[in-house]
Parts: sequence; C-alpha cells; structure tokens
Amino acid sequence: MVSTHARKAPPVEPLPEIAVATLRLIYTRMVQTRRFEEAAARLFTEGKVHGTAHFCVGEEATGIAVCAALQPEDRITATHRGHGQSIGKGMRLDLMMAEFLGKETGYCRGRGGCMHIADFASGSLGANGIVGGGIPIAVGAALSQRMQGLSSITACFFGDGATSTGSFHESVNLASVWKLPVLFVCVNNLYAMSTPLRRQANIADLAFRGQAYGIRSVSMDGNDAVGIYRAAREAREYVRENGPMLLVLNTYRHMGHSKSDANVYRTKQEIEEWKKRCPIKRMRALLVAEGLFTSEELDVIDAQSAADVEEAVRFAEASPNPRIEDAERDVFKAGPA
Amino acid sequence: MREITYAEAIREALCEEMRADPRVFLLGEDIGIYGGAFGVTKGMVQEFGEERVRDTPLSEHAITGAAAGAAMTGMRPVVEIMFSDFLTIALEQLANQAAKACYQFGGQVSVPMVLRTAGGSGTGAAEQHSQSLEALVCHVPGLKVVIPSTPYDAKGLLKSSIKDPNPVVFIEQKLLYRQKGPVPDPADSYDIPLGVADIKRAGTDITIVTYGRMVARCMEAAETLSEEGIDAEVIDVRTLVPLDRTCIITSVKKTGRAMIVHEACQTGGFGAEIVAVIADSEAFFHLDAPIRRVAGLDVPIPYNPVLEANVVPTVAKIIAAAQELVR
Repeated sequence: MVSTHARKAPPVEPLPEIAVATLRLIYTRMVQTRRFEEAAARLFTEGKVHGTAHFCVGEEATGIAVCAALQPEDRITATHRGHGQSIGKGMRLDLMMAEFLGKETGYCRGRGGCMHIADFASGSLGANGIVGGGIPIAVGAALSQRMQGLSSITACFFGDGATSTGSFHESVNLASVWKLPVLFVCVNNLYAMSTPLRRQANIADLAFRGQAYGIRSVSMDGNDAVGIYRAAREAREYVRENGPMLLVLNTYRHMGHSKSDANVYRTKQEIEEWKKRCPIKRMRALLVAEGLFTSEELDVIDAQSAADVEEAVRFAEASPNPRIEDAERDVFKAGPA
Repeated sequence: MREITYAEAIREALCEEMRADPRVFLLGEDIGIYGGAFGVTKGMVQEFGEERVRDTPLSEHAITGAAAGAAMTGMRPVVEIMFSDFLTIALEQLANQAAKACYQFGGQVSVPMVLRTAGGSGTGAAEQHSQSLEALVCHVPGLKVVIPSTPYDAKGLLKSSIKDPNPVVFIEQKLLYRQKGPVPDPADSYDIPLGVADIKRAGTDITIVTYGRMVARCMEAAETLSEEGIDAEVIDVRTLVPLDRTCIITSVKKTGRAMIVHEACQTGGFGAEIVAVIADSEAFFHLDAPIRRVAGLDVPIPYNPVLEANVVPTVAKIIAAAQELVR
C-alpha cells in the first residue's frame, strides 16, 4: 500500500471530475497563503512582530488541498507551520493576521499567536507549539464524532519530525484500535528543524510507520495540489467507513525552520531545486495547459489575493492590543461548559 | 446514615453523572471487565457498555490527549490514570494542551475533563507507584486540583469536577479506597463545590491545614492533643486549586498558630504555598509562633515497610510539632 515517493511531476492528467470552482479555491488559497507569509515576513523586518513564525512557503499544496477535500463539519488539528492549514479550513486572513500581530481582534484575542491559532467555528481545533502535541487531540475529536454519531472526520496535520514522537505512535495506535475517523496527514518536508529525514528514521518511507499500526498508509508527491486533493477526497471516504489512514505528503519548505534559521544544514542548490517544483507554479501551469483558466484570469486571482492580504495587514495594524487588566481572563472558564 | 467506602462513593458519583449526562464517559487502563486497578469502576462496563467505559492501550499520553480532544468537542471524559506517578507520562497533554486551551485560544473553548488518579504511599509499591505529585499540577495555570479525604467528600467533589467546564485533576488516595464513611442515600444527591475548605474539627489553639490521607492522621493527633488541653482546628482544604484562602486565614487569625501537614515531599510542596498564603495575609499579625510544615522527607518512597512508614508524617510527628508550637 506504500507507493514510492514520486520525485518527478506526473504527466498532466485531465481534470474533468474536479469542479472548476474547487480548482479555483485551491489555487486561490495557495496564493493567499504565500502572500500572507510574505507579508508576515515583511512585518518581521519592519520590527512589528513580537515572537517568531514558521512559514510553509513551498508546502502550500498540503494544507490547502487536503482541507479542500474536507467538509465544513470536519475538523482539523494544525501544526506550528499551519498557515496553509488554517486558510485551507476557511479561516479569515484579517483575523489570522491580527492574531499574528497579537491583537485583541485576532482569532485568539492575541493570546496564542499564529503558533496556537484556532477557530472552533470553522473546525480548526488549533495549531500546536508542541511537535506531535495535536495528534492525540485529533484522536479525541474523532472519538467525539464517533460517539456523537456524526459522519464527519478529523484531519490531523503533523510533520516528519512528529513521527518520531511517542505521541504519534500512541495516538495512531489508539485510533487504529478504536477505528476512529482520523485522517493522519504527515507533511514530510524532509527536515525536523535541521535534522534530515535520514537521521530521523531508518526506513525508506514514513508511510511504513502507519502500516506498523495496521492502518492504510499512502505516500505521495506533496507538491501536486490536484493529486493531493484527489487522494484526500478518497481518503475522507475511506476514513469514514473504515477508520484511520495515514497520508504522507512529501514536500519541502523553501524558507528556514523559523525566523532565526540561517539554513546552514542544507545546500543552496537543494533549495533551488525544490523551488523549481513550487506547487503554486505547478498548479498554474496545469490549469492553463488544461484550458480551464487563462493566464490573465489567474493573474486576477493573484492580484486579488495580494490585495486581500494587504487589507488584512491594515486591519491587524489598526486593531487594539489586549488590555493589561484582561491578562487573567480565560485561564478558567466560568459556569457550565 | 449508611456507610460506604471511598471507592464506592467515587463509583456512585461516576454512575450518577453517567446516567444523568450521555456526554460523560470513562477511559483508562483496565477499567472495563477488570474494574480498575483499585476496583473503582467495578461493574460499570456491565451497566454502561464498552463505548462509555473504554479500556485503552497503555498510552497515558494519548488517552489524556484524546480526553482533551473529546472534551473540546462536546464530550465530558473522565480519564483514569492508574497511579499518580504516571501523571509524568501524561503531563505534556495535561499541562501543555488541556490546561492552556481555554486561555491560548482566547476563551473560544473549554476542556471539561476529569483526570482521576491514585496517589500516595503505604502499599509497599515503592518509588514509582507511591508519589504525591499534587504540587506538580498545582503549578500549571488552567488545572483545578482536588484531593478528597472522605467518602462523602469524594462523591460530592467528583460530581462537581465532572460538571466543571475546566480540566480537573482528581487525586484519590490509595489507602482510603476501602475506608468507610457516612454518605447520604443515592436519592439524596449532593454536590460539593470546588474551592470550599471543610473544617473537620473546630478548635481554638492551633490551626492544622491538611488534605487527603493526612486528614485522618491530623484528626487522630487532634484528639490526643485535646487530652493535653490543646484544642486544634483541622482544616481539610479538599481542593488545592482553587484554594479556600479565606477559610485558612480566618482560622489562623483566631488561633494564632498554624501548621501544614501533607504526605508529599516538603521542598516545593503545596504546604509552602499555604505558608505563603498565611504569611502574606493579615493573619501574619496574629501569629504567636512560626508557621510549621510537617511533610514527607525529601526522598523517594522506599520499599522497606519500616522506612516507608517513617518518611511521611506520622501521628506522633504531628503531635510533637503541634506541642512545640503551642508550648
């Protein structure tokens, strides 16, 4: 069941079975994510950001295309590198940017920042600052779905680094034993901070780690947005009927681990090679080649995305900080849940 | 009033809440047909079924996190962690995830889960199955911490803990499971609110603040002290977070003397927090003697029964400390 990591882009396939609106959504949200992170990086250089950020530039296809295959009632747990996962689940750029800047108008009132951003209304149970920390939470959310008789699923994002944690192994096993509707999505960007995959795991493919727990495990090209969408759509159906599955998406982050990363552990050549496989460029070429969109139509989407992000930045910058007298608010919830 | 054991009282609370609220369910190791390592959940799988009394793999981390995830999405899980020593394995999910979700997500969500676990020494289980780790969890904002000392308190406090919208660490006392005490008939259901201490014995000469298994020892000590003309007030705080500061301060203002008794190691123990509560308050001006702690030695719990019995406070040690303060 493990397919080998596709290192070359597959030949262009016809897309008749995917709605044009869905393709537009995936493309738009990938571009929004890229622009969002570029704006976030700029705000850093302008000294307007307190804290750090982990950018998913180069990995946008993973969060966006998987979430495009989910239904609104499905839930996700996101990672510290989760902007694409959040945007994919339908979270708003302005409220995300406000959270990034720590403002009271942000999704978490500026208490969590982007590393701990959540929007329970749209089904995002939170990004997580602890690598692997969200995996058991996703299992619990899927347990709720099962016990409440819902037909929705939970998609659980984590990176290659997380597959070395006990949290991953305990959680995948538990979900497997209980046959819970969890889609485990491993965004394998080949590095756990600076440690390359070959020094993290002595196996040919991370999908083996799912097989060990008796669950269907598939490994695939993580820069092919359309392919991921197809796989995730199928996986969602599989998971609802049969219990958990692991989808390993093999990709690469173009930027460093976080803002403080000098990229000394990998070569410029390697980074440049992967930049050629940019998932946004690739989807653009596919949509144009298939005659579904013209280049000009996609330019309009690009421009609109940039404008939306700039509007989000304006909103965030104009928003108030939380009040100091509210620092103790929400440690505990009062009254019945 | 009828008498039932501490374990039976806990089971009654669980059963009543499960009958009243379909969102409440249990998960933990060997809690189904086995009935739990200490027999607390005996017979429950027969009434509620395997869906609501869920045996788990040996994965304290994952089951604690799964409980947190279920609690965030509309359920009310009660996790059993067999020994409180295994809190150390569950701590990431408890301290970094469950405790922080409400705050870090700006109040969007609450985590109504209870983590029940068995603490304390005295069973010969030695270093890794005998600790009293309450201070560890009290130090994490976002967790409530309960340690009941009687069957009556155990039932009422657990019912409140299950209804509470926040994560509650409910530390049961191994040596109390078979102790009997008066508990009203199930028809007369009651809750005990978290954050309210109980004066187990009123007195005028010295305030003894304690909780858990040490309550009974302090009561025994108080009886002996009263024969010598020392009238001790014994306060069972019952919940460490939130702590009933008012009850403690009011008592010390009255008696002018205070000592704190707990089984856990002294250094960094919760007793230090209670000392600080007194010293930081107007009760300080009423003190006629230094505030004294009688706590476990700063050692792991040893296996040998003579050693084990003597590394935690004994009735004799409690009496001696009180005599010294009142002298």
